[in-house]
Amino acid sequence: MNDLAPLPNRGCQDTPVLKERGQREVFCGLTGIIWLHRKMQDAFFLVVGSRTCAHLLQSAAGVMIFAEPRFGTAILEEKDLAGMADANEELDREVDRLLSRRPDIRQLFLVGSCPSEVIKLDLERAAQRLTGIHGPRVRVLNYSGSGIETTFTQGEDACLSAMVPSLPDTDAQNLVLVGSLPDVVEDQAISLLERLGISDVQVLPGRDAAHDPAVGPNTRYALLQPFLGDTAQALERRGATRIDAPFPFGDEGTTAWLAAIAALYGVSRETFEAVTAGPRARARKAIAVQAEKLRGKSIFFFPDSQLEVPLARFLTRECGMEAVEIGTPFLHKGLAAADLALIPEGPTISEGQDVDLQLDRCIAARPDITVCGLGLANPLEARGLTTKWAIELVFTPVHFYEQAGDLAGLFSRPLDRKRVLRLHPNASAQEAPA
Amino acid sequence: MKLTVWTYEGPPHVGAMRVATGMKGLHYVLHAPQGDTYADLLFTMIERRNKRPPVTYTTFQAQDLGSDTADIFKQACRDAVARFQPQAIIVGASCTAELIQDDPGGLAETMGLDIPVVALELPSYSRKENFGTDETFFQLVRHLARPMERSEAISCNIIGPTGLGFRHRDDVAEIANLLREMGVAINVIAPMDATPMDLTRLGAAHFNVVLYPEHADAAARWMERNLDQPRTKTIPLGVGATRDFIAEVQAITGLTTAPDERRLRLPWWSASVDSTYLTGKRVFLFGDATHVKAMARVARDEMGFEVAGLGCYNREFARDIRALGKEYGVEALITDDYLEVERAIEEAAPEMILGTQMERHIGKRLGIPCAVISAPVHVQDFPARYSPVMGFEGANVLFDTLVHPLVMGLEEHLLAMFREDFEFNDEAGPSHHGGHAPRPVEQAHPTPAVSEPQHVADLAREATSEAVQAASGALVVSAPDATPIAANSGSDVAVWLADAEKELKKIPFFVRGKAKRNTEKYAAEKGVTEISVDTLYEAKAHYAR
Ligand code: SF4
Ligand code: SF4
Repeated sequence: MNDLAPLPNRGCQDTPVLKERGQREVFCGLTGIIWLHRKMQDAFFLVVGSRTCAHLLQSAAGVMIFAEPRFGTAILEEKDLAGMADANEELDREVDRLLSRRPDIRQLFLVGSCPSEVIKLDLERAAQRLTGIHGPRVRVLNYSGSGIETTFTQGEDACLSAMVPSLPDTDAQNLVLVGSLPDVVEDQAISLLERLGISDVQVLPGRDAAHDPAVGPNTRYALLQPFLGDTAQALERRGATRIDAPFPFGDEGTTAWLAAIAALYGVSRETFEAVTAGPRARARKAIAVQAEKLRGKSIFFFPDSQLEVPLARFLTRECGMEAVEIGTPFLHKGLAAADLALIPEGPTISEGQDVDLQLDRCIAARPDITVCGLGLANPLEARGLTTKWAIELVFTPVHFYEQAGDLAGLFSRPLDRKRVLRLHPNASAQEAPA
Repeated sequence: MKLTVWTYEGPPHVGAMRVATGMKGLHYVLHAPQGDTYADLLFTMIERRNKRPPVTYTTFQAQDLGSDTADIFKQACRDAVARFQPQAIIVGASCTAELIQDDPGGLAETMGLDIPVVALELPSYSRKENFGTDETFFQLVRHLARPMERSEAISCNIIGPTGLGFRHRDDVAEIANLLREMGVAINVIAPMDATPMDLTRLGAAHFNVVLYPEHADAAARWMERNLDQPRTKTIPLGVGATRDFIAEVQAITGLTTAPDERRLRLPWWSASVDSTYLTGKRVFLFGDATHVKAMARVARDEMGFEVAGLGCYNREFARDIRALGKEYGVEALITDDYLEVERAIEEAAPEMILGTQMERHIGKRLGIPCAVISAPVHVQDFPARYSPVMGFEGANVLFDTLVHPLVMGLEEHLLAMFREDFEFNDEAGPSHHGGHAPRPVEQAHPTPAVSEPQHVADLAREATSEAVQAASGALVVSAPDATPIAANSGSDVAVWLADAEKELKKIPFFVRGKAKRNTEKYAAEKGVTEISVDTLYEAKAHYAR
């Protein structure tokens, strides 16, 4: 059905994983709120945590776009730590206040943090209690975005898997796409599937509570993001079956992802070709422009979003880059298998982190481009390396055909900039980097 | 429990990071979960630092709880000392580690490290970032500084500047030069750029110059008591305050050389005729106490503005700021609740805000220009050029900073003159602020929670001043009532007849809103339901004094 590039002789599926357990330099799962609250237009995310949690959200969001965004932090104070009953009452009061001020809210997520977990504040019970008070108008759910339990994108996984038990039942043979993508990209995916003749398509999370998908024993689901392992399990528990495929990045990823679904629905080769030929050609053309600049360049991934494996697949296979190290905070072998198999053998695959050791490796390898968090980017640039901020990969539309060129562009732009600047850093303006 | 959306201050351990990152040769071992590492980006991105902050986070996870978090901490300490070879370390807990009670200070002391270990107790659930800077610097000073022989020449320490401070980099340079000009040698500048070793020499100075009480008050008081060093109390921000500061230093030292004032431009810039239009501009000040206090004086006494409201977010200084409010005839707002600040600004309806990055956003939404005068900071607050706010050059910078967001005087006249020109577009706003032109406020408020923002947009259009009104000979009347914005809401407003509406359009846009409201108010009072050209002029006559 597809005419993809030849498979590598040996992929990375059997490469031994370097497991590291030292200082991590990654956001916690609370960060996902920044994009989740934009996606679910009737949801409020209430973190039960500390001033640190509030400050993290503010710093990760970068700018304060809204006077009253649909997220906030109920900051625990000394008196809340003294006794449990107190904290629950306080929480109820804050939720009351919030919901009466925001009648547009239909879903409320109580988001656990490190402090709420360490003091064992039971947010599951709180969510049940609050559902009793505010349901059925408002659905109250809970999940953990804490840094002791979750890393960055795992927050979305925790959120979506918390939604699964409350999704409506169905016996229909529906298709559920799982993962929160910008609306424009989601629409492209649905329209491609519709043109393939697959029409009963829903998305988790829905744009509002009324549009959440139904699941049941005849549901098939396809993941849009590689970090949704718990959500996948939760869906399996409801009887749904996963459609295994590489993730829809670039031409190859998108085609393979669509092909896996099309095969299941018995879409003919002709139809598949007819529907995908146009966008594929556009994607290839757009990628080719960027690949000119990326071919033969080496890349090093610090662990961040769990997108590292599928992105390494895209960059090595479709842009001609060479991966030095693919670091990921957590490697879900099952979900990553299809992408790993396509990455030519060679790179170090590391899971977890010991940031000082990894920096040593990175600096020794001197990759042409390093994908890392915002805390590391400027220090590495100051040492003459070129970096790409990983966080942009989760905030920017990068999935599917029409974004394939943009995705490659995210990596070529820092290289372009290096090329156009005819500057030598002056020693005096900068401290000696260490 | 308190619901918080945006915060002015981070947690206290971020304050400790500001001290550690400002210094050299010091390392901070912070018992904290992985997510807390976000704080690094404040320094590497906002301040564009080219090094990672000198902080090792233990990043313990759920599975470590109850078993080996203490070991993880000790291992992190050992590794950090071996790798970074600091002269001293500070150790402490973030909010989560505070709950698991591993006692980082106690643990580190038992490890037999051969460098000073300073333990920090920063209560995360009751204090905030500025407490963290002040307490951390104080603990470092208390552990490291000793009484010693004074330097031969008269010298001072400059204390308070930290990482991520609002214009600290350039303020320090400006004030250090000012002091040198007066014949005062600089002994140590701290925390910024000082090493732990430097802190041991603090006692050699004759007195301390406290630039930022938020970050150095406790240390300054301790040194006053234990090292017998007087401290300055005036913050040299603005012309008058800089002169007072000079007098204070002269009183402490007995030196009489006065610094050269020829480079000081603010007084003439403010006196020259183009600045006439600044008179009585109503400003609202909000920020940290130190900057608000100093800027209120600059705004009123040196720019000729009217202070329409003021407040601070750091409760530690609530008393000072309340007293300041009294002095300026306004009630001081002491809060760290951003929405409360927004409400207060909306109510005071100033023509300009002097605030933090948070108020800049409020201003954007309300269509009110804003100049940033205080932390919390943003990448824009670290300009490439030399840009102090203290001392004489700082005063010059402030003049520009405060004038830039407003429509230029001459520009206002031109707007009035050319408004009949068909090519001229009223809605454009000041030419240099294309990006800041008031946006339709409904769009910026996607939530229904904020009520009736429309009036504020109107209000913003009238970047008005009595001087310009008089000069433009416009059809403008000034209502005795200073809070006119309620008049044109709701359906009880009189209808404008076409002629009257046309006439209204002839009034320069920046005072049109006021004229419109006054007329409507007048119409309502008189029970007039249709506004004609006559009503418009009757209203003008009514309000004219
Ligand atoms: S790591 Fe824990 S304490 Fe830190 S911001 Fe995340 S949830 Fe809050
Ligand atoms: S538009 Fe020109 S004259 Fe007016 S403030 Fe901006 S730079 Fe100055």
